[in-house]
Amino acid sequence: MTLFGYRLPAMSSLLLWALVWEIVGQLDLTFFVPPLSEVMVTLTSVIGTSPFLKALSETAQAFAAGVFFAVVIGIPVGILMGKSRLIDELLLPWVNMFLSAPLTALVPVLMVLFGFGMKSIIITTTLFAIWIIILNTRAGVLQINRSLVEMAHSYGASPLQAFYKIYFWAALPEILGGVRIGVIRAVKGVIIGQLLISIVGFGALFELYANNFLMAHFWAVLIVLFALAFSVSEFLAYLERRVSYYAASR
Amino acid sequence: MVMPQIKEAVDTAALPETDNAVVARSVSKTYGDVEALKNLTLEFPRGQLTSLLGPSGCGKTTLLKIIAGLLKPTSGEIEVNGKPVTGPGPDRAFVFQDFALMPWATVLRNVAFGLELRGVARSEREAIAEKYIADVGLKGFENSYPHQLSGGMRQRVGLARALSVDADVLLMDEPFSAVDEQTRRKFQEDLLNLVQHENKTFIFVTHSIEEAVYVSDQIAILLPRPSRVSEIIRPTDLRHKNTDTLRRDPEYLDIVDSIWASLRSYVE
Repeated sequence: MTLFGYRLPAMSSLLLWALVWEIVGQLDLTFFVPPLSEVMVTLTSVIGTSPFLKALSETAQAFAAGVFFAVVIGIPVGILMGKSRLIDELLLPWVNMFLSAPLTALVPVLMVLFGFGMKSIIITTTLFAIWIIILNTRAGVLQINRSLVEMAHSYGASPLQAFYKIYFWAALPEILGGVRIGVIRAVKGVIIGQLLISIVGFGALFELYANNFLMAHFWAVLIVLFALAFSVSEFLAYLERRVSYYAASR
Repeated sequence: MVMPQIKEAVDTAALPETDNAVVARSVSKTYGDVEALKNLTLEFPRGQLTSLLGPSGCGKTTLLKIIAGLLKPTSGEIEVNGKPVTGPGPDRAFVFQDFALMPWATVLRNVAFGLELRGVARSEREAIAEKYIADVGLKGFENSYPHQLSGGMRQRVGLARALSVDADVLLMDEPFSAVDEQTRRKFQEDLLNLVQHENKTFIFVTHSIEEAVYVSDQIAILLPRPSRVSEIIRPTDLRHKNTDTLRRDPEYLDIVDSIWASLRSYVE
């Protein structure tokens, strides 16, 4: 972006908002917003401590497992829905319902069904991520060039070969888009799981800091979480760009 | 049923005894109430190029896809080398109008894809693919991606893929309609060479009368509503003439004219 003829560096807006945060913090308007500089100092002091690392690894495990299941279940289901009219008719209403449903309300049900441990947190994470992955994969498969499918068929591809040699790759740009949004939703899922189901990981830290009005600590952990989610999402966006060369020419 | 009349374009003298690579027997195809094909019978002599020519909506692509095994006929049957067709098979290879290349794969992998699906080992299938890539004039483009190639080059990739599986029958669905006129002329010349040197049977769908007369040993004219074979023309004499002067040969022009005369009333 250019402003008054000057080319602004990337992330200029981030710097601007950081400055606003610092000023609001320094003015001491509310205990809820400590100055950014104080948050950053807290961040560096917290980040190496063993409670933080323990929380990070608990959250990362639940997050990774949740996303893993969302991807390995979501992509094949989405491909099947795109391929088969019958399966699509059967599942689409449910997928759409769960996509827009307030999943947080389901968490108590999950606790009854799966207990108070890691299992429920992982399932919550998966439930947050999976629906958009299914829908995007389905959309990707639906727009596949018919003649590409006929080509595979006429050269003797088995249904399984067509599945992983044609459908998956032809829908890959949409699949990656879905996974990227799914991952962002999974961050939400894992934190909600850790707040509501069992107080572990980052959820426990948030609970602890918020209850004790340690706002600098609270914001520090939030920034770490945001940075992690942002990195994962940017990595997936990078993969998306890698395949975009053929997205337009399918 | 009215049998299609076989009109020898030039001499009716002894046609050499040919066996048929593909036979369509009373093939019908209906989509709901729409009759795409009605009771169509047609023979495709081995080693020759047969064109399916007709106005749009006459079911020529439908017939080709039924022969390919991609569509099931409502009634009737297709025989390839004496065996009834139940689905796609290694005895037939398809060349698509829109090329149908995998945009995420290199030229080499695209050409070798038919062999890949058959489980041919990588080094072996790539050696075969490289040979056919060179044959169609794309040497040096093995590691390019389809989007880096022109339309004409992409169709050469599609052709190399069809050749590399070494099928008896090549099914071509308006293969040159998406490439520019000059490339198309070059393609037509190359196709004549291919028919002469590869011992394969070609079935070629086109809507261009000139193209059909230029490349075909046999032209089946299909008419719509209900779709049927109205006429079979064998421009036998043209095949012995010099291809360089063929386009201004009086006989060539006569055949083109007479086909247009029979088709014009069906073109809206």
